[in-house]
Amino acid sequence: MTCLPGKVDKALGLVIDLDTCVGCQACVTACKGWNDQGYGVPLSDQNAYGAKPSGTFLNRVHSYEVQAENAAPQVVNFPRSCLHCADAPCVTVCPTGASYKRSEDGIVLVNEDACIGCGLCAWACPYGAREMDADAGVMKKCTLCVDRIYNTHLPEEDREPACVRTCPTGARHFGDLSDPTSKVSQLVEARGGYALMPELGTKPVNRYLPPRKKGAVAAPVLEPLEAKGLAGWLDRILGKI
Amino acid sequence: MNVPRLETSPAVSDEIRQTTCYMCACRCGINVHMKEGRVSYIEGNRDHPINKGVLCAKGASGIMQVTAPSRLKAPLKRVGPRGSGAFEEITWDEALDLAVQWMKPLRETAPEKLAFFTGRDQSQSLTGWWAQAYGTPNYAAHGGFCSVNMAAGGIYTIGGAFWEFGQPDWERTNLFVMFGVAEDHDSNPIKIGIGKLKERGARVISVNPVRTGYSAVADDWYGITPGTDGLLILSLIHCLMEAGKIDLNYLAQWTNAPMLVNSQRGAEKGMLVKNAERQPFVIDRRTGQPAPWDGQGVEPDLGATWEGHRTVFQHMAEEYLDPKYAPEAVSARVGIAAERIRSLAAELAQAAFDHAFTLSRPWKDFRGNQHEAMQGRPVSFHAMRGISAHSNGFQTARALHLLQIILGSVEAPGGYRLKPPYPKPVEAHPTPHFASAPGKPLSGPHLGYVRGPDDLALLPDGSPARIDKAFTWENPLSAHGLMHMLIPNAHAGDPYRIDTLFLYMANMSWNSSMNTTRVMEMLTEQGADGEYIIPRIIYSDAYASEMVAYADLILPDTTYLERHDCISLLDRPISEPDAAGDAIRWPVIAPDRGVRCFQSVLLDLGARLGLPGMVNEDGSAKFHDYEDYIINHQRRPGVGPLIGFRGNGEEEGRGAPNPAQMQRYIENGAFYQAHIPEEASFYKPWNAGYQDWAVRIGLYETPQPYLFSIWSEPMRRFQLAAEGQGDRQPPDHLRARLKEAMHPLPIWYPPYGDADADYGYTVHALTQRPMDMYHSWGSQNAWLRQIKGHNALYLPTAIWQAQGFEKGDFARVSSRNGVIEVPVAHMAALNPNTVWTWNAIGKRRGSWALDKDAPESNLGFLLNHLISELLPGETRLSNSDPVTGQAAWFDCRVRIERVPAADRPEGRPAQPQFAVLPDPPHAEGGRGLDKKGARA
Repeated sequence: MTCLPGKVDKALGLVIDLDTCVGCQACVTACKGWNDQGYGVPLSDQNAYGAKPSGTFLNRVHSYEVQAENAAPQVVNFPRSCLHCADAPCVTVCPTGASYKRSEDGIVLVNEDACIGCGLCAWACPYGAREMDADAGVMKKCTLCVDRIYNTHLPEEDREPACVRTCPTGARHFGDLSDPTSKVSQLVEARGGYALMPELGTKPVNRYLPPRKKGAVAAPVLEPLEAKGLAGWLDRILGKI
Repeated sequence: MNVPRLETSPAVSDEIRQTTCYMCACRCGINVHMKEGRVSYIEGNRDHPINKGVLCAKGASGIMQVTAPSRLKAPLKRVGPRGSGAFEEITWDEALDLAVQWMKPLRETAPEKLAFFTGRDQSQSLTGWWAQAYGTPNYAAHGGFCSVNMAAGGIYTIGGAFWEFGQPDWERTNLFVMFGVAEDHDSNPIKIGIGKLKERGARVISVNPVRTGYSAVADDWYGITPGTDGLLILSLIHCLMEAGKIDLNYLAQWTNAPMLVNSQRGAEKGMLVKNAERQPFVIDRRTGQPAPWDGQGVEPDLGATWEGHRTVFQHMAEEYLDPKYAPEAVSARVGIAAERIRSLAAELAQAAFDHAFTLSRPWKDFRGNQHEAMQGRPVSFHAMRGISAHSNGFQTARALHLLQIILGSVEAPGGYRLKPPYPKPVEAHPTPHFASAPGKPLSGPHLGYVRGPDDLALLPDGSPARIDKAFTWENPLSAHGLMHMLIPNAHAGDPYRIDTLFLYMANMSWNSSMNTTRVMEMLTEQGADGEYIIPRIIYSDAYASEMVAYADLILPDTTYLERHDCISLLDRPISEPDAAGDAIRWPVIAPDRGVRCFQSVLLDLGARLGLPGMVNEDGSAKFHDYEDYIINHQRRPGVGPLIGFRGNGEEEGRGAPNPAQMQRYIENGAFYQAHIPEEASFYKPWNAGYQDWAVRIGLYETPQPYLFSIWSEPMRRFQLAAEGQGDRQPPDHLRARLKEAMHPLPIWYPPYGDADADYGYTVHALTQRPMDMYHSWGSQNAWLRQIKGHNALYLPTAIWQAQGFEKGDFARVSSRNGVIEVPVAHMAALNPNTVWTWNAIGKRRGSWALDKDAPESNLGFLLNHLISELLPGETRLSNSDPVTGQAAWFDCRVRIERVPAADRPEGRPAQPQFAVLPDPPHAEGGRGLDKKGARA
């Protein structure tokens, strides 16, 4: 058993706009690229060119079809990564203390030196957000790019997670969700951002902004010009000049 | 609890090298991080105009290309039967000697027997120039099977096109409507733009049979029946005109709507009426008399009739007010309810007129009239392959431009904006050049814009001059050639046989050909003499693509991180609506194997062949390599491949070659931008400020103002010929289709593929590329292939349920051309009579250094086997748009039959399958390799 911090100074996390995410997978490979050479062991691939390639990804995008009532079927693209829960079951289940939640910013991390690869945390996570690296035998997960966001080697504007920096549609936002005045908190407020499966009591930090309502809008109906025949139409319309 | 000490500020890399991505054709700027001399991480360049720091899934995966086991390692010479993949390694000297040995005698006797076609490269201004110097008429790039309907439909109408050659005014548009927008081209700019619209709550509408990607986030979706977009657009035009919701001032000032259409029987009927100076004119409302079209202060009368000739505008009214375009009349055909069509028209009118605004930016037009402000029309459109890859795609593209025009939004604030070198009218483009003579260069560029039958590429006996029959009566305005007809025509000897096929980066034995199964046979068939019917094939590629096995000589290319390139204003630049822009690539790493940049090899071959422009007077090579050419080549005095840092380093557009130019580009992030003055950045075709700027930076030699061609005279000239006018006459079997397709106003006719419905092939079959994969390169990428390792055929609910499909089933999909057996999946957000799949994923077994049992080959598949390159009949007409020759991929009609999982033998792969291709020597297939290329 590992303890969670009593309180955190900040709750850093992601706000992901499902109204804007086109499912392009840019965040998936930007994450892979950064974290392959960043925090901890590389993200390995097995049989990279083989019949059954598989590898470690800290962020994956899924597409789902949704059938709303009285509306055309829709596709929703859904990026999935660690939600950095306040009551993270992956932390409390960890037998070695390798999984932990930082008190200064709320980021949930794995101390790879202490990880024995037992996989309990992945079982405990209801969101499927952890992946065991098959080469290294340690658990990998989203670090919120902890090695970017404070990194003084990077220009100030780049001190954000790789997935946020790369997102072409700007659907991913990063910030402190414990601060109601932060840009991310305000986005959540304005757009009805929601937590994933709150009934599980894990208190995720990340929020998703729901797709806006789709369909027709009322524009003034176009009324044909009152005119007889082509000549009448020409007279009417050119009379407008 | 022991909280570990964490290094949150590690060094990121030793160095950042900025170059241009080539994981697709977007040309984003990238920061390539280097650690210990190796690429460690790739991210977007924040300063770059195209991607502004973001990068797509492919771009970030580019790091895996550098170690891909499919990279070719050395020049290869075929030693087994063609198609077997048996090669031996040879030296570069041997390879170049062999190429010269094949090419030189041809040049001296029959240069047309060398056909040089390039695939997805971005160096057409070099490759075209080389082919011109060689003297063969047989050159083109891949536009014929890709996008020519978009390019030509746009250029013949507004002097610019969709694709990446323009973009919506993302900052000001309130309503953005996409027609068949593919997600693989110009993708980061469009994604950035959609993000901007979403951020400020602007409305996005998608017209597309498939609701994925951009269509998934669109606020409204019209799941149109494929091939009917033109009919829907003309119905919208009908509604807008009927209600008088059109921009009359725009039509009168900036289009040929007020010009007069000749009504007299004879050779001029339907042409614009000209004055004694051979100039079209308008009737001035102030006087009722003829006045010059470009006269200052003239108020053109849209409703004029003069000596019995009526204006284009009256012809438009007659055509588009016709009840055949009423929503109720087209609804069933387009698959959209009439009230939905009317409501879309109402939304367009509301955005264009109720939400109109003025931008306080004084400007002067080419007539000398001063304007105090710019009229804003915040409605914009975009379109891509969904509308262009049909046999009615040219006219559909024209129809969409007409819709933008009547709303007054093209080049208006809030509307669709062109990027330099566009706007550029047909008149500013060359006509095709094709007359070849032994040992002589061609007199001009191969590809151009035909003005009428006189410009067709026909030999004196009326037969096609080009192997692909571009610029003939079959496809008169084929401005990009017909690469998809190259191999079938060469094989058929129609119009003639060739000797050597020289291909660059074009996977013609797989995903880039229609009728792939048959094309593979064409490449290997031998005549009675035992000689291959296509005697010699030279191919250059960086990777072991499916095409490699079909070449006799392989010239291995570098990857995009190992080479120089220029993304040039002479070709396909990276301009923005507010700036002309170009870019370079440079070797951020050195190749670690015996490969050479293809463009350097081409220049070397040119020198060895003694081609004009490529040798000095003493016969020595003029250019050391491609970099040397990029810096020192001048197309016209002072105008070269790159516009930045010319002359003394400060000259822009025009200036002498500057030896430091490449270094300056590298220091500038690998790109350059020449900014358009603010008062010149809208209404560019008519804006005197823009025209002067364009001349200054070398886009034109003189100002080129023009009016939009709602009524197309080049089109009408072909109709006249089809009606029997003129000396140059089409063959009789083409008269009817020319009369229909070459209508001078945008019209709609059913795609030719619809005829297949009569044979029981009633279902539309489409493909699109995913945003995370591009052509064939993607699926050999260790990361990307984990995201989409195979494709499935998506079936709409109606078909899924009617045949009782279940998860795990396959379908037998048949067309008039063939049968495939492929995995299926259900998708509800789909036009009810359409099936579709991702392309770019299906691979031939053993190709791309993938395991022979890779999912890309076992489950992945192509629709290409179902699509004939020819229309039914005896005349060998290509399955293409009759105007431009654009491959009509999306005309495909099929029949679907369920193959229950239980009825399939265990492990039976998707069908058809072909022999496993071996790896080329030292290409080191990926079996057992880890992602860094090391043996596991």
